[in-house]
Amino acid sequence: MRVNLTVNGVEQTVDDVWEGESLLYALRERLGLPGSKNACEQGECGSCTVYLDGVPVCACLVAAGQAEGREVRTVEGLAPGGGGLDPVQEAFVEAGAVQCGFCTPGLVVQSHDLIERVPDPSDAEIREALAGNLCRCTGYEKILDAVRLAARRKASTT
Amino acid sequence: MDFLRPLTWQDALAAKAARPGAVPIQGGTDVMVEINFGSAARRPEALLDLNPVRELAGHEELPDGTLRVGAGVPYVRLIAELGDRLPGLAQASRTVGSPQIRNRGTAGGNLGAASPAGDCHPPLLACGAVVEAESAARGTRLIPAADFYTGVKRNALEPDELIRAIRIAPASGPQYFAKIGTRNAMVIAVCSFAIALHPRERRVGTGIGSAAPTPLRATAAEEYLSTELDWEGRGPLPDAVARRFGEFVREAAAPIDDVRGTAGYRRHALAVLARRTLTWAWNDHRAARKEVS
Repeated sequence: MRVNLTVNGVEQTVDDVWEGESLLYALRERLGLPGSKNACEQGECGSCTVYLDGVPVCACLVAAGQAEGREVRTVEGLAPGGGGLDPVQEAFVEAGAVQCGFCTPGLVVQSHDLIERVPDPSDAEIREALAGNLCRCTGYEKILDAVRLAARRKASTT
Repeated sequence: MDFLRPLTWQDALAAKAARPGAVPIQGGTDVMVEINFGSAARRPEALLDLNPVRELAGHEELPDGTLRVGAGVPYVRLIAELGDRLPGLAQASRTVGSPQIRNRGTAGGNLGAASPAGDCHPPLLACGAVVEAESAARGTRLIPAADFYTGVKRNALEPDELIRAIRIAPASGPQYFAKIGTRNAMVIAVCSFAIALHPRERRVGTGIGSAAPTPLRATAAEEYLSTELDWEGRGPLPDAVARRFGEFVREAAAPIDDVRGTAGYRRHALAVLARRTLTWAWNDHRAARKEVS
């Protein structure tokens, strides 16, 4: 079937989508956007987190057909372009919040949403927001540092 | 496989009538897991996407004060918009999955899947919620939650019916939900329990999750408490009453051993959860009098 959707601000038409296919598969395999990662395929790990109409969701649990007419924003769509990074991405780099990097795109999108909604999150709010994003390398401490750093930066620039 | 995408409730009912084998999909948090992992033989003949159906995405107060919550309202909105009037359901909603799951998952989907471990079921039972089902051929049918669960992942819906809404009275007293799991997030219940006090009627509602083939009420426990509690005097809760209540709840359960826990552990944990949630609820009930006076 054909699915029409907007991805990172660009209108897209995707053909030959299988009816049971996930949005994640369509993004990665049909639209050439491999930033969202495919890991658990059951909503447990958060590595496929994308915005759907401005709300973070696990792309593996959205049927591609459900994205018809809707707006998707992936990790590729966070940076301003021209080689720059979003402040959340910069903070992850600076804080060393990345080891193997597989969980990073999902954590970046989820953290991005948290800071948009809660500009000065408490540690408890950060932990709650990231409860559905698994990282098996870092032990999370540097990820928490990165979120705090990103929130501070954003507060000082706005 | 087909992908059906009705844009209105009437079209959705017509589609379900024409294709009774179509599986409704809302947040996809159960349906897509089945498709991602299931064998080709177990795939549904069609998916019926209910996301575009606006009628399902709202909630309203009926003339008698009952809340009518659309089947497509996600957990995140149940918590934010209805948490003050439906505290038990909101507490259970907060324990569902992760923020990403709560952004998509719905109580309507929880009912459709009818897993014995679904988090909404205990508070819906404790609050005496009613499921509003509808079909193109026969119109609306109201099914009390206690009659809705018919087996493991089976419910009382006919093949041509869809869930339109959940009807549930705003809390008339304290409500609590508690759940056992291996961590405080992303956990499917080992067992769970909900209590609702209805002081005006001197009645108690209960719901047990993940400890029988279906979610169920502990009716003997409800009857015991309704007569034992000092509704008017609002005295302290006697330890013996709390303990006996826990025993009644434990006896109502019919759990099995599985990967998440043993039957014995579930029975023990339920007695603890029942005692604990009753204590919280009764303390709230007592504090409410102090605020009034």
